[in-house]
Amino acid sequence: MSDPIVESLGSESGWQRFLKDRAAVWSACFLLSISAVCFLSPMIAPYPYMEQNLAHSAMAPSSAHWLGTDLLGRDVLSRLLQGGMISLFVGFIATAVALVVGICYGVLAAEVGGRAEDAMMRFVDIVSTLPLTLIVILCTVVFGQNMPMIFLAVGGVSWLTMARIIRNQTREMKASQFVQAAESLGQSRWGIFRRHYLPNLAGTIAVCATLTVPGVMLLEAFVSFLGLGVKAPMTSWGLMIKEGADIMEECPWLLISPSIVFALTLLSLNFLGDGLRDAFDPRSSRK
Amino acid sequence: MAYVLRRLLEMVPVLLVVVVATFFLAHAVPGGPFDKDRPMPAEVKARLEQYYGLDQPTHVQLGNYIVRLAQGDLGPSIKYPGWSVREVIGARIGVSVSLGLVALLLAVLVGVPVGVLAASRPNSWLDRVPMGFTLVGICVPSFVLGPILALIFSLGLGWLPPCGWGSAIHFVLPACTLGLITAAPLARLTRGSLMEVRSLDYIRTARAKGVPPLRVWFVHALRNALLPVVTYLGPAAAGLVSGSFVIESLFDVPGLGRLFVTAIINRDVMLILGTTIVYAAALLFLNLAADLAIAALNPKVARDR
Repeated sequence: MSDPIVESLGSESGWQRFLKDRAAVWSACFLLSISAVCFLSPMIAPYPYMEQNLAHSAMAPSSAHWLGTDLLGRDVLSRLLQGGMISLFVGFIATAVALVVGICYGVLAAEVGGRAEDAMMRFVDIVSTLPLTLIVILCTVVFGQNMPMIFLAVGGVSWLTMARIIRNQTREMKASQFVQAAESLGQSRWGIFRRHYLPNLAGTIAVCATLTVPGVMLLEAFVSFLGLGVKAPMTSWGLMIKEGADIMEECPWLLISPSIVFALTLLSLNFLGDGLRDAFDPRSSRK
Repeated sequence: MAYVLRRLLEMVPVLLVVVVATFFLAHAVPGGPFDKDRPMPAEVKARLEQYYGLDQPTHVQLGNYIVRLAQGDLGPSIKYPGWSVREVIGARIGVSVSLGLVALLLAVLVGVPVGVLAASRPNSWLDRVPMGFTLVGICVPSFVLGPILALIFSLGLGWLPPCGWGSAIHFVLPACTLGLITAAPLARLTRGSLMEVRSLDYIRTARAKGVPPLRVWFVHALRNALLPVVTYLGPAAAGLVSGSFVIESLFDVPGLGRLFVTAIINRDVMLILGTTIVYAAALLFLNLAADLAIAALNPKVARDR
């Protein structure tokens, strides 16, 4: 998923360090396969995710339905894949939104400097103390089925940490000799941003992005769990967990499989983020 | 004192922005508060809207709302006729506050000692096992842990009621779910910062001059190591808020979180605004409290401002 970004770093030793971190490598493999399976689900799912078959409702896992069926007789495995597609999609796109906003805001703050920078960072501090979950919930209700707006809302509240980290790093770089050299050679601000800031920020950005995805997916799941996000017949992991929790007494398999897959995905993302940070972030201390 | 006053004054514009943003969002929610009932005659609906001031242009409504808010009036609730929003919130806030406080207390009482214990014997089983659990705690969201705990302890073992509210025993499952979720990052943070602090020079000095090891550990090291942990309590409180929406819906707890969700579903604009303001104010105060606690722990921070 974030592999192409990391590849462009081209740091041999970083890659070697990363490959030694077995937890991170297994997490990357797990994430790649689960993403592949989910995004290919329209082709490989055993049943259409919305096909109801009331004759086979609420069946425990069997050879025909590997993960059982829900109350309407829909195949849980197929729904799990389709839900994963939505959850992962929200995770990636909203993180991309947060990345763009965070990088622009952070670099801009470091570039303008002085009072304006202080004010911009104080703004970030204040916004991050607000009950943003409430705002996201409201946004998803307002924009309803409009998926792009949901991405914007979720991404719009997830960029704060990113902006803080990017600004700190940019500020350090701005004072460094290679940036001063570029300035004295007459390179434009945009050129410095493109040629110097971005490549040096790439490692941090990759780590930040990996660690933002789980938060974003959790937020989407929260909203769907409350019944305010993704609407039927589509589903997402959060929504499946909610539906499973409602009838866990009779059909525990409806709760168990989405819970496990969701938790494993979050766990892998955290492992991967930690592994990337250890391998590529020069500042991280390796103990 | 001047600092506290400045921070309190700073809250006013922040809250104002929250009010305005929420106001427009709440008004942009498709559907009105009277759409769900049996269709009523147009005259009745017009009278109702006039009564609640919903017939006026949005900016006039907003102005009226802010003026009343300044007087401490949160307006009438639409879905609870005859109740003001303040009464509706007042009737439920105690439940949420007590649940949140118990969960926070539980998180600190579990998280910090576990972190200290793990840091005292790094890389032993005393470290690995609890840290493995905290990793699970970070990745299993509250809406997964809650049902699983309910599945085990009330449906499987039958020790606890699966949902409801009223007696102390109803507290156990929701408070444990919220508390354990919050305890996990606290434990990792405590361990991490203790590991950093214990390799510092002043700890070695204290050891060298013969301070008893336990005193070094708890008085010298822990005081400094707790700073990041206290800082984290602000975000932790925010996590408790979003957790409480889910937990209260899950365990059927009559608190503020569920009130907010039902207010959205009912399109009760006044109630949405009221709950959001209460939450925002609570979070701002908690952050201020965390900052003051840090200043109390660390004289350097207190001097800097």
